[in-house]
Amino acid sequence: MHDTTLLLIEVGALLLIMSLAGRLALRIGMSPIPFYLVIGLAFGEGGIVPLDASAEFLEAGSEIGIILLLALLGLEYTATELFGSLKSTRAAGIVDGVLNAVPGALMALMFGWGPLAAVALAGVTWVSSSGVVATLLRDLGRLSNRETPAILGVLVIEDLAMAFYLPILSALAVGASILQGAIGVAIAVGVVSVILYVALRHGHIVSRLFPADHAEPLLLGVLGLTMLVAGLAAQVSVSSAVGAFLVGIALSGRVAAAASRVLTPLRDLFAATFFVFFGITSDSSALWSMLLPAFLLAAVTIATKVVTGAYAARRAGVGTLGQWRAGFTLAPRGEFSIVIAGIAVASGAAPELASLATAYVLITIISGTFLARVPDAAWFRAIVRRRAARAAATAAG
Amino acid sequence: MGIRIEKVDLPGIGVRHDLVTESGRRISVVSHRDGERDLGVFDRDDPDACRDSIQLNDDEAAALADVLGASVMLSRLTSLSDETAGLYTEQIALPTDSPYLNRTLGETKARTRTHSSIVAIVRDGTIIPSPTPADHLRAGDVIVAVGTREGLDGVAKLLASGPD
Repeated sequence: MHDTTLLLIEVGALLLIMSLAGRLALRIGMSPIPFYLVIGLAFGEGGIVPLDASAEFLEAGSEIGIILLLALLGLEYTATELFGSLKSTRAAGIVDGVLNAVPGALMALMFGWGPLAAVALAGVTWVSSSGVVATLLRDLGRLSNRETPAILGVLVIEDLAMAFYLPILSALAVGASILQGAIGVAIAVGVVSVILYVALRHGHIVSRLFPADHAEPLLLGVLGLTMLVAGLAAQVSVSSAVGAFLVGIALSGRVAAAASRVLTPLRDLFAATFFVFFGITSDSSALWSMLLPAFLLAAVTIATKVVTGAYAARRAGVGTLGQWRAGFTLAPRGEFSIVIAGIAVASGAAPELASLATAYVLITIISGTFLARVPDAAWFRAIVRRRAARAAATAAG
Repeated sequence: MGIRIEKVDLPGIGVRHDLVTESGRRISVVSHRDGERDLGVFDRDDPDACRDSIQLNDDEAAALADVLGASVMLSRLTSLSDETAGLYTEQIALPTDSPYLNRTLGETKARTRTHSSIVAIVRDGTIIPSPTPADHLRAGDVIVAVGTREGLDGVAKLLASGPD
């Protein structure tokens, strides 16, 4: 069979299977990400069916997927929202970073995977998935809740922190000596700061480049700029994902709204490709040996996320039930964790890291989706109420 | 007036406006970036949680706002007519082919011709109270007039086809 024909058959079949899995995920009220990862694991390396003809295509698609994922994330935030969250949720953001990054770093060091893997795994356990969390909030009808701004604030800070973390990780991954690494990090941070400044202060100039009313030139223009900046960013060893994120932030107003409308279907396609491709490239037979550490890590970091969320909600003056809701909602990790693991493994960190990250993301998304519903359950409310009553009684007595 | 509406940013989603009523109930409206609205009613037991949220599209939200807003406006206007039997208020949409389109209110000479007063113009959801004769009439305007039944009929006819 001709190569192109085979490619069409492989990609077509893959997309169809993903669509079915996505429907199943919707039915049980879950994010489709874990399903895509599992489908990826079933194929390719260590899986049941090898994919040969489409491997290169999927790889390019997955690269575009990361870029679009991040660009649209940037499009979601306006400059005022970024600064506003930075002011109001800063303390919670710091608590979040420390509590959740440390367990990951410790586990990598325990396995003896070296400092690069430690930095990477710290990132994997640190960042919640804005996509999964926002969908959860919407599905559970909690957008109006009082703890929601605190949750979103933590997410914004994590995303912003990623704009600095990812280039640092990339620089560390490239740099051979400590000096080279330090120079790389310095350049990366400098470049990100400059682009961020331009994006936040002069974003309207960038926006003027694009016509908000015409879908086709807008789509081509924004996609082109995003990929161009992403590529240039990768060239100076700032991660391509960060370049895309910054382009997203730079666009504002009507252009941003129109751009996210035309780019969202593309993002859905390529981001799904990204998750599947990550599954395909990670060895599914290695997954089993990483299952236990992943469970352990998930248990610890779900607990630390609950503490983080509760802290953020309490600072916003939210009651006990709301604090639990905030904590459980923040627990799912997702796209960033996979992006980070991808960067680390591509640059030669321990290959087991990918398996651990995959298992970890699978566990946290699935359990997070169910845990988020727990505070709504009658028995949970009863326990919280009883404890509050007892606390009040002891305070009075 | 002790009514306070609190605005909260929801990064990545939109904004939320909260209103606490005199009886202590909280109502919130989440305005999504894409124009969708969620109307939230809060739980009595757990004041942080929204018990139910109702999704409204653009048109539904505008219609609901009209109902809530219009009833306040009309009740204020009718409190005036309560004392005077036989006086009515009416909202008249300016016909798209009105001869007074883009002309001033004064040119209609509505008060002289129909003995009814135009007390307000509703334009794009905002109210222009007590418009002056120099105010222009625009397409899409809704005119609020006070007068007798015949007088109001006269205003409607005047706006539609000019003086006969």
